[in-house]
Amino acid sequence: MSHTKNTIAHADAAAVFNKDEARVNWHDKTLWFIREKRDKISHSIDEWEQLREYASQIKNNVLSNLSEYLQQFEANAITNGITVHWAADAAEHNAIVHRILKQHNIDRMVKSKSMLTEECGLNEYLEASGIEVIDTDLGERIVQLAAEPPSHIVLPCIHKKKEEIGELFHEHLGTEKGASDPEYLTAAARQHLRETFLTRRAALTGVNFAVAETGEFVVCTNEGNADMGAHLADVHIACMGIEKIIPQQQHLSVFLRLLARSATGQPITTYSSHFKKPQPQQQMHIVLVDNGRSIHLGKEDFRNALKCIRCGACMNTCPVYRRSGGHSYHNAVAGPIGSILTPNMDMKKNADLPFASTLCGSCTNVCPVKIDIHDQLYKWRQVIVQEGYAPTAKKASMNVMGWVLSSPKIYDMAGKAARWTLRNTPFVVNNKLNPWFKEREMPAAPKQSFKEWYKTNRKIHE
Amino acid sequence: MSSRDKILQQVKQHQPSTRALPKVEIAVEDKDWLADFKARLETLHVAVFEVSDNNSIGTIIQNNSKATDRIVTTMASLKDYAVHIDRVEEDAHQLENVELAIIPAHFGVAENGAVWVTDALIKYRVLPFIAQQLAVVISKRNILANMHQAYSRITNTNYEFAVFIAGPSKTADIEQSLVLGAHGPKSMMVFITD
Repeated sequence: MSHTKNTIAHADAAAVFNKDEARVNWHDKTLWFIREKRDKISHSIDEWEQLREYASQIKNNVLSNLSEYLQQFEANAITNGITVHWAADAAEHNAIVHRILKQHNIDRMVKSKSMLTEECGLNEYLEASGIEVIDTDLGERIVQLAAEPPSHIVLPCIHKKKEEIGELFHEHLGTEKGASDPEYLTAAARQHLRETFLTRRAALTGVNFAVAETGEFVVCTNEGNADMGAHLADVHIACMGIEKIIPQQQHLSVFLRLLARSATGQPITTYSSHFKKPQPQQQMHIVLVDNGRSIHLGKEDFRNALKCIRCGACMNTCPVYRRSGGHSYHNAVAGPIGSILTPNMDMKKNADLPFASTLCGSCTNVCPVKIDIHDQLYKWRQVIVQEGYAPTAKKASMNVMGWVLSSPKIYDMAGKAARWTLRNTPFVVNNKLNPWFKEREMPAAPKQSFKEWYKTNRKIHE
Repeated sequence: MSSRDKILQQVKQHQPSTRALPKVEIAVEDKDWLADFKARLETLHVAVFEVSDNNSIGTIIQNNSKATDRIVTTMASLKDYAVHIDRVEEDAHQLENVELAIIPAHFGVAENGAVWVTDALIKYRVLPFIAQQLAVVISKRNILANMHQAYSRITNTNYEFAVFIAGPSKTADIEQSLVLGAHGPKSMMVFITD
């Protein structure tokens, strides 16, 4: 079952999402609730800021020695009995996974959460080759049944109401019509997926952290789905972006303390599984994927984004994400972090995303590895305009703005004209053609500009 | 050139000049962390029992299960109360109908309620995940303050698979409503021994 990728520009997709005001408010509130849980638990740790600083420094060290750490990790993983593969891009990643499955005559696989495989379009690729993939994270299974992509990296179906999930389960899993109780629906999914786990010979998982020093990798889940899949399968394939390396095992302490607290406000995920060697009679594969990361690493202004540990805190706090929904970002990783990662891969296709922000800086403030997210959003806007990828309307209005701001005389005239228009003929600007009036009322325009007011008042006080 | 060499060459060419690795030092208060550990477990919906001997564990297990339940343990000391698994003999899929698995843990962590379990303690990697209910036995002498202490203890120990477990399996994917028992155990008990 494949989902259609949204390629509508962020603002247009957000406009569709915004049609249902009650749903937008609900979405906004749900994510803010998670942000508040994150605040509460992070404030209860005295050394929180110290941990963020350590995490940031460790990740800076990783990026500055990445080629050495990758080779160290590879050597140790091979010693541990793991087969290591390298994929330059999404196509090679998909082909490697396909080849492994073919070697074992496997045409059905379970998969736990992996945003990398979303990025690479693995499900669609395998399905086109006749291989069935079942996503086992509950949220991911729900969006898979709905033929949609996840809308959030940690909470894949945060955009869905329980009634809609009940309807999907009724159709696909045979639950009672109209049933929407989360406990009932979860139990139905548990039953359905248990049977799946017991009958699949291959399991694919993501990787949260890969330790160069030991050649082990860590996978974090609350549901236990990565473990149910991996331990019951003959073949375990773990896919990771090359930036997921950390130098030493002890550094896991810093990252595991930060990850779940930042993501959902929990002290740690239920399971933090450390995979070092395959089980007897089992094969374990790791696919190290570049897909643009090694180029991204060379961009000084933007490389910090590769420090990301995929907690999703920047999404939960973002006023634009909360009110526009994850699908409007048309990428596997949505929200502020997605908006600074994706232009590295395809600047033209993602030129709209760095503009989907108020630049309020909240994302930067909550980021557990101190990525300068809002600064990068601002910098991307400049690069995108310079490279000629800015949306046409924005480009035209920026040109007019540049002309107006370059001359004080024109500026005064334009201000006067705008105030007169807003007071006397508001319909000229307050119409469908002007995006500034979408979902917004303009304040009443004053009779004079600040400059005029200042001149008059200074005279009075002199 | 292979993809491996191409990727490594490109990474090498683009990686910035070396940034130093920090020395992670977090001060820990010197105290007994048992009370904090227990309090944290309760927030994770774990039933906590302080027990004096194996008989008490056996009694609690018997009171909480039916005669028909398949109960297994990897602890020889509990073989009077559960079927003892001391080595891997059958296909792990056969554990599918285990109602309760009783396993030991190396230590617990007060800050998050996690217990550290390695493959040597569970025999079958899937055991603590596939059982409908999980019970973990841990000594009160092995409660650590935080994850930094935990990894100091883990460094240089041997395992092929290991896991921190913090409560029963859970999900909140449907409208953020917490449901225990996503794919793994629906409930968890922790027995704290002397």
